[in-house]
Amino acid sequence: MSFPWANEYKPTSPLMRWVDQRLPLPRFVYNAVGGGYPVPRNLNYMWNFGILAGVALMLQIVTGVVLAMHYAANDKVAFDSVEHIMRDVNWGWMLRYAHANGASMFFIVVYTHIFRGFFYSSYKAPREMIWLLGVVIFLLMMATAFMGYVLPWGQMSFWGAKVITGLFSAIPLVGTPLQEWLLGGFAPDNAALNRFFSLHFLLPFVILGVIILHVWALHIPGSSNPTGVEVKQESDTVPFHPYYTAKDGFGLGLFLIAYCALVFFAPNLLGHPDNYIPANPLSTPAHIVPEWYFWPFYAILRAFTADFMFIPAKLMGVLAMFSAILVWFFLPWLDTGPVRSGHYRPLFRKFFYLLVVDVLVLGYCGGAPAAEPYVMISQIASLYYFLHFLVILPIVSSIETPQPLPFSITEAVLGKDEHAVLSPTQPAVA
Amino acid sequence: MVRLFGPLVGLFFAVALLWSFGIGAYTAATDPSPPSAEALFVEHPKHVEFSFDSAFGTFDKAQLQRGFKVYQEVCSACHSLKQVAFRDLAALGYNEAEVKAIAKNWASKAQTFDPKTGDRGERPNLPADHFPAVYYAGQGVPPDLSLITKSRHGGAQYVRSLLTGYAEQVGYKNEKGQELLKMFPDAKTPDGLYFNPYFANLNLAMPAPLVSDDQVAYTDGTKATVEQMSKDVSAFLTWTAEPKLDKRKQTGWPVLGFLVFATALAYLAKRNVWADKH
Repeated sequence: MSFPWANEYKPTSPLMRWVDQRLPLPRFVYNAVGGGYPVPRNLNYMWNFGILAGVALMLQIVTGVVLAMHYAANDKVAFDSVEHIMRDVNWGWMLRYAHANGASMFFIVVYTHIFRGFFYSSYKAPREMIWLLGVVIFLLMMATAFMGYVLPWGQMSFWGAKVITGLFSAIPLVGTPLQEWLLGGFAPDNAALNRFFSLHFLLPFVILGVIILHVWALHIPGSSNPTGVEVKQESDTVPFHPYYTAKDGFGLGLFLIAYCALVFFAPNLLGHPDNYIPANPLSTPAHIVPEWYFWPFYAILRAFTADFMFIPAKLMGVLAMFSAILVWFFLPWLDTGPVRSGHYRPLFRKFFYLLVVDVLVLGYCGGAPAAEPYVMISQIASLYYFLHFLVILPIVSSIETPQPLPFSITEAVLGKDEHAVLSPTQPAVA
Repeated sequence: MVRLFGPLVGLFFAVALLWSFGIGAYTAATDPSPPSAEALFVEHPKHVEFSFDSAFGTFDKAQLQRGFKVYQEVCSACHSLKQVAFRDLAALGYNEAEVKAIAKNWASKAQTFDPKTGDRGERPNLPADHFPAVYYAGQGVPPDLSLITKSRHGGAQYVRSLLTGYAEQVGYKNEKGQELLKMFPDAKTPDGLYFNPYFANLNLAMPAPLVSDDQVAYTDGTKATVEQMSKDVSAFLTWTAEPKLDKRKQTGWPVLGFLVFATALAYLAKRNVWADKH
């Protein structure tokens, strides 16, 4: 679907006309990210992050495919093959640092994208499907990133694999057989390393497939915008190209500056030194921590320190950690307020900022040793996390009085909209 | 349905968390766990300046050569360097003949195996060989040093602090003036281990390797103090862990320069495109 005023693709050369009649791929691209896609004219820079996430995925795929040409997924040589890439492969050090920091940049971008969705309630009707697919993408990203971190076969790779697959052993009855089946053994070993490599290569392409669905679903209602008021008329939109290609181009430049600063000047800043020690099943690191982008969820996992109503603490932690993400699937039905944008929801906005602080605190505690005061802080922070989504949002969306919305996007941008004067109750588009 | 069960699930997790919090708080109040000797007495690495610290900093080749000499004459008795090949030493400023000579004269030889006769033997190292394995029969497992500065918090600072950080344990006090053996009489260093407050558990199997000035004969006129040797070998081990450090930074500046320029153009293009829409 598109708005009736969307530009139509008009091939200018005979060749493009010939192609268009046989396989209208250029038309498809034109309608997806070209002049044929009308987009609200008021998008701010928070709307850059979808494109940036796509770029980050492509960077990961390109660097990852080349790294796979030099990497050996065998527990005897995996660690040394990574060092071979760092030392002997031409520009191998740059590829590997670009890939490792690319994962971090991907998560920074995607977390911003998700929290943009929280603030502007982008998950609300008619965009629930975009949101649900986005959560699926995030889950796939987490699986991919976790398995990628295992591949260098350092200490954190090994013990991270042991801890994360150990989560499945908390499931009653089938847990331990399930863990052994996942690992292909009793502990992480060559079998686990091989299957993780295979899946780490596969899943990015699955993510790519779900992204295509995500963007497809986006093009049905069109992009949301900072006012949360739906597009009503042609003056509310601009064509994606050149307006948002230009804006995204600038955002992409800033993204690449941050990314390259990390790759070339602080490539190990976000990593853990222990992963430069070869995996050793006989020596447990003092503090096993995952990569930073898992810290908030790791803090929730570790917050459950006591058995609760016959449920072992470990199982509670695992349930809570998975629920912490699964709850996002239900967001469109938990937050039922009629107004989308946080700009016009004074009470919701306060709780949103509290959630941002809460997740940052959880992240800090997840990276800290499992000792006091971090455990108690993460218990309180986890408490707020669950209450925010499952209790506070439903209540706030019921009792809140939103501030008045602008009549249209045009009015929000220009301060006036002649349609608002002519016909204040009727939408300009029938 | 969601609005009915959602809050119930939320409250379930909330109560479970309060339960964990309560038990934790009660335990902390009634049976507080005392701080460990490690928590109170392990020192953070001391900061010293290295030529490669800043974003513009590069390796000092003379220092790397001195550090290599320290590794060769002291560390290599127990510690391997298996990720590094002799040919890599060219990056320290040695010419081809010097690299060949270093490989050929290296104390432990390359192992050979003849698959036709089954005979095992030795031959001198070649530049293409990696530094040979080191077999150590004593107490402890001397780690391979190739990546030591990247596999420890603090990197080169840590290695330097550790090498110069050995101390007499009797009467040892931390900065707060707390005396280790008075507070933790059981923390006395066992026989065969050595007290070093920069090591994660305070006791280390390695005796102080650098003990006297001129232990290594420097040939470039630098005074071989213990401090200087420790610093030089820490710099050398930074190179073994990150041999492409110089190239990385040299590549980074033009890349950033280009990106800043391209981003400025992209900003101007964006302003131009949007000029009539604000």
